[in-house]
Amino acid sequence: MKRTTLAASAAVALAWASQANAQANELTLCWAAWDPANALVELSKDFEAQSGIRMKFEFVPWPNFADRILNELNSGGQLCDLLIGDSQWIGGAAENGWYVKLNDFFDAEGISMDDFAPATVYAYSTWPKGTPNYYALPAMGDANGWFYRKDWFNRDDIKAAYKEATGQDLREPQSQKELLQIAQFFQGREIDGKTVYGASIFTERGSEGITMGATGALYAWGFKYENTPGSYDMEGAVNSPEAVEALEFYKELYKTATPPGYDNAYMEQSLDAFKSGQVAMAMNWFAFFPGLYADPNTGGDKIDFFVNPPQNVAASTLGGQGISVVANTDNMDGALAYIKWFAQPDVQKKWWAAGGYSCHKAVLEDPNFVNTAPFAGDFLQAMAGVQDFWQEPAYAQLLLAMQARLHNYIVADQGTAKEALDGLIADWTEIFQDEGKL
Amino acid sequence: MPNPLEAAARATPAPLARRVRGLSDRAIAWIFVAPTILLLLAINIFPLIWTVRLSFTNYAANRPNREVEWVGLRNYSRILTDDGIWANMQTTAHFLVWTILLQVVLGFTLAWLINRKFRGNDLLTTLIVLPMMLSPAVVGNFWTFLYQPQIGLVNYAVELVTGIPASSFSMLGPGGLAKWSIIIVDTWMWTPFVMLICLAGLRSIPDYIYEAAEVDRASKWRQFWTITVPMVLPFLMLAVLFRGIENFKMFDMVVLLTGGGPGNETLLASIDLKREAFEKWRTGYSSAYAIILFVTVFGLASIYVKALNKVKER
Repeated sequence: MKRTTLAASAAVALAWASQANAQANELTLCWAAWDPANALVELSKDFEAQSGIRMKFEFVPWPNFADRILNELNSGGQLCDLLIGDSQWIGGAAENGWYVKLNDFFDAEGISMDDFAPATVYAYSTWPKGTPNYYALPAMGDANGWFYRKDWFNRDDIKAAYKEATGQDLREPQSQKELLQIAQFFQGREIDGKTVYGASIFTERGSEGITMGATGALYAWGFKYENTPGSYDMEGAVNSPEAVEALEFYKELYKTATPPGYDNAYMEQSLDAFKSGQVAMAMNWFAFFPGLYADPNTGGDKIDFFVNPPQNVAASTLGGQGISVVANTDNMDGALAYIKWFAQPDVQKKWWAAGGYSCHKAVLEDPNFVNTAPFAGDFLQAMAGVQDFWQEPAYAQLLLAMQARLHNYIVADQGTAKEALDGLIADWTEIFQDEGKL
Repeated sequence: MPNPLEAAARATPAPLARRVRGLSDRAIAWIFVAPTILLLLAINIFPLIWTVRLSFTNYAANRPNREVEWVGLRNYSRILTDDGIWANMQTTAHFLVWTILLQVVLGFTLAWLINRKFRGNDLLTTLIVLPMMLSPAVVGNFWTFLYQPQIGLVNYAVELVTGIPASSFSMLGPGGLAKWSIIIVDTWMWTPFVMLICLAGLRSIPDYIYEAAEVDRASKWRQFWTITVPMVLPFLMLAVLFRGIENFKMFDMVVLLTGGGPGNETLLASIDLKREAFEKWRTGYSSAYAIILFVTVFGLASIYVKALNKVKER
């Protein structure tokens, strides 16, 4: 009896010890479920081979990504050791102590933020913004860009019809207004016996879609969140005449140049519309461009890419993320080892080759970089002029207020652009007052 | 032969026997129900009290480091004076009233028709109740396809009947159709539930009452209004209560269909509450919002249950 008890106890202890050891030798990386995540899984096999640490991945679809992961962080969960979190989360994550501050680690390991593109360091790593307090390593550069049916644009009959209709040559749009003109030209046109439409754009209501889409126009018209950065002085900036014009433009684009029923569309719907041959142009994040180029039906020679066209200024909506160490990980050494491994120039080059968007200068400043992919040059151009949404701890409230105001005006036809932006200032003012910042 | 109970009592050591004899029936009953009561207090009453407390603060669950301030009635006054919240309440009321009305009319009619004996009755009943067996997530997704302007069956059917081009309107988009579209889906899904309850009511009416009415030469119409309706009414009212409570907290299906849009056109109070609580993380504010909704549902349900009891007593 005693021997049986002893054996059972030993087995339990052994199981417990091996489980604890397994936990110490594995890392869970959390990110959104999309094409680059699959590339990272492949890339991380090198890290597993070098370190002996087993990598696990938790990928959440974009519409639920913020909900799922922020709930996890809020509840003090230990699901993620490493997190590639959205850029807007960094303020809240830093102030709430969810992310590890990496300055000492960077200094000790000789990782310099000067080796990464400044716009990405500013957007993905620092809090307060622009200060040398780093909570993430720039991991995935991204911006909202455009792609189009090059085969249609090159067809003589279509070019002639466009010339006849507008008096201009059909080409990649050089301005937002030209983009609208081209989209309207294609809207409802018969191509190869099929009705096609102008453009697929972001109009989604629930998470961040319509804000990410409309800011592409707002930034191009020169939109600013504040008159003076850091002052929260929004009157005259958020509702400037340029901002009003940009919002009216986006509404016109939605009303006159998108497929029917396109009133709640984000990344997936945009990709579907393009891949199914419904639209001549589409907006989406650069992260999807490798997959689009590889698509057997609409990729290759049939597709080309362009940066968000300027209007008053050249600007694009920022996407992308940095990689952070979650503060309550039980494998801090392993998580930091992964960051150290990922920061190496050679790994960053492999990351770009695998389909990820490196932010490392060793990749971006390589003279041959623009030739490595048909969208590489556009990516560089976009990253030079990216602008991001508020990265405040209260960003979720700020974002949802903008979602509601924009969707009400653009899709639901309620009020004017000026009223929408005035209302947005009122919403944001209340939020900043609650935050004690006004 | 000695009584076994007496034998057991005699065999019980004296100190223990005294203790056991000291417990009354009521005490023993309490011992049995206490774990359940404690569990209920822990998972129902305590969170409710805690929510009331939070509703007077500016607490944000995602900001553990921020100082929690007592804000008095500010959350309540903000909610009750917010035009957006009142608009959401109206949207909820619109959804509630129309879904219940349609489900009662259609459910009762279906039950009345299916209550007759005919060939294939069982198969037809099974087919009719199929929608309510589906997950709301599945229903939301496939109705999104049915409502799709280019490939959706609904738009195609409308074009076939009216000649209005299918891709010229969107059932879930702008134009005022979205709030009716979600009513149609909910009615499609839950009318069978009302039908089943009505069917139970109809089948509980004894045949001899109708036979007596026949003897008295009461017309079918008169039998319907003086026998069928009054005797099914308590069942029907119960169905209305269930559907009312369910639809007041409707969330999943509408989120999948419209996400509350276009704009705020289908933003039901429950969707708005979820956004405030778990997307904006305004925990104090959303606690006040939840309390207001709870009091509303509780108040309305209490009045309704009293009315239901009166109908039953008749």
